[in-house]
Amino acid sequence: MLEVKALSCGYGEENILEDVNFTVDSGDIVCILGSNGSGKSTLIKTIIGLIKPIKGDILVEGKSILNWPWKRRAQLISYIPQSFNSTFQYRVKDIVLMGRTSYLKFASTPSKEDERIAEEALELLRISHLKDKIYSQLSGGERQLVKIAQALAQQSKIIIMDEPTNNLDFGNQMVMLKHLKNCSEKGITIIMATHLPEHAFLYGSKALLVKNGRVAEIEKPSENLKERDLRELYDVDLELVEFNLDNRNIKMCLPLI
Amino acid sequence: MTSSLRTFNFLEPLSEGKNNEKEWTMDILNRKGRQYRAIYPFIIILIGIFLFSFAVGRYPIDIITLLKVLGSKAFPIEKTWSDTVEVVVFQVRLPRIMGAMLVGSALSLSGAVYQGMFKNPLVSPDILGVSAGAAFGAALAIFLSFNTAGIQLMAFCFGILAVALVYFISQRIKADPLISLVIIGILIGSIFNSFVSLIKYMADTEDKLPAITFWLMGSLSGIMPKDIKNISIPILLGMAPLFLLRWDLNVLSLDEDEAKSLGLDTGRIRFIVIICSTLMTAAAVSVSGIIGWIGLVIPHLGRLLVGPDYRLLIPTTILLGSSYLLLIDNIARALTTVEIPLGILTSLIGAPFFIFLLLNRGRS
Repeated sequence: MLEVKALSCGYGEENILEDVNFTVDSGDIVCILGSNGSGKSTLIKTIIGLIKPIKGDILVEGKSILNWPWKRRAQLISYIPQSFNSTFQYRVKDIVLMGRTSYLKFASTPSKEDERIAEEALELLRISHLKDKIYSQLSGGERQLVKIAQALAQQSKIIIMDEPTNNLDFGNQMVMLKHLKNCSEKGITIIMATHLPEHAFLYGSKALLVKNGRVAEIEKPSENLKERDLRELYDVDLELVEFNLDNRNIKMCLPLI
Repeated sequence: MTSSLRTFNFLEPLSEGKNNEKEWTMDILNRKGRQYRAIYPFIIILIGIFLFSFAVGRYPIDIITLLKVLGSKAFPIEKTWSDTVEVVVFQVRLPRIMGAMLVGSALSLSGAVYQGMFKNPLVSPDILGVSAGAAFGAALAIFLSFNTAGIQLMAFCFGILAVALVYFISQRIKADPLISLVIIGILIGSIFNSFVSLIKYMADTEDKLPAITFWLMGSLSGIMPKDIKNISIPILLGMAPLFLLRWDLNVLSLDEDEAKSLGLDTGRIRFIVIICSTLMTAAAVSVSGIIGWIGLVIPHLGRLLVGPDYRLLIPTTILLGSSYLLLIDNIARALTTVEIPLGILTSLIGAPFFIFLLLNRGRS
């Protein structure tokens, strides 16, 4: 459904990534792995349209989306940035309702129907009890869930996240990933940058390895992402351990210090 | 997985206990959400201050006579009052009251939308140099011995010119658009301020320097009925689009990247906001001179009372801003025999009030 073709991107004239090619199908969970500063966020921002690509194209169902207006893009892709907050004390229900912005006519406000969709999104994530709370006063985990609810209210086919489990405790990370898995089972495509290779092993239907300005595409990371790839990616010594739990093959990345 | 979900739900009672009191007080005003019921008290306050303002001043008019005089324009009421009363009400006090309301609401609303646009609650309507430009225009006009209409026109045009310069220069800078706007705003503002100082330095110390200084301190004492007509058009022209865009203004106050990814054409909305605010502020300043603090304090007060949602905040700031400047202008008229310039009063009252708001906010 999403196709990135011969894409070069970066800030200004400077290429950070070159000749990036990959495709994503509906319901895929794509994990973008790479060291700090390798260009994961640049890739994400280029797909969303926040940075104009230097070369290449991004296609959805065969059509280039590069010149789409923000409204049309927002109906296709929602974005959850690395960190987010609000200067002003909006309530959670209003933050989620903002997910409906791309469906509003010029100079109109959300309708009852929009409010219903926003409430449904909150219910789906089981955070309806937060709806009257002030967003900026929530914990990091709760705020992250509210942003996912906003993305669900946006009813986009693709959700792009920059390090969604950053700053979350262990339990909340699991909750977050479980919700993302649920979304992908409903046919929503998830593209996320992450620092943990385990995310790719556990949930990823595809992994993108970003290093030295190049992007490598790996199908089914649970089978095809090898110890050697990760050593090269992060330039550290590590070991992949595999074990069997409830008939599931689990892989984990162990650092060797 | 159920166990991990429970881990999260475990947080529920904790977070529910937090901030209970504050939410309760805010909910009283906000209970029915977007319903405009929350602003009814502000309408009543404004009407009260509006009527009271007619009674303030050297020529006493009691409330019954006042209601009759006002009503006589719409209903056939037998005339039991002197012509003087009618002149005082319609020619002297009404324009002044309308002027205070228009200027107060224009400055407050500009402040409220700029604060959202810059994602910073400490921004005031003159951040893009509109006041500095208007001050230069007025000072130049006074220096060149223009009449009142000329001074107003020059103030209005230079206010708009200053912001136009800021906007178009900042568009050419390859940096974050908001930071470029702020920096160029400060620079252009300081250039115009230097020119004002230069004109003051060169001005005749007998009549022109006092006139310039007085203009810069802000006052509504010279306002005429025709001024109301002149400024109400640009002010209403600025207010209407901002009210229509009230939802987009909410989204605009989020992070730039978030707003865009939610589908908002931030560049276009920003352009409209700047045009509308500049139109309102330039019109207001052209008749009143420089009146500070309203654009900073009133939006704060509004947010404290109804929350940051522009669907409620816009009508609230308009009502509170009108009431506030009307009240201040009454004090300016009534407190001493010689009128106190408004700019002095708004900062004398505004700054301590702002400190009070900040202290109270910290406590809750």
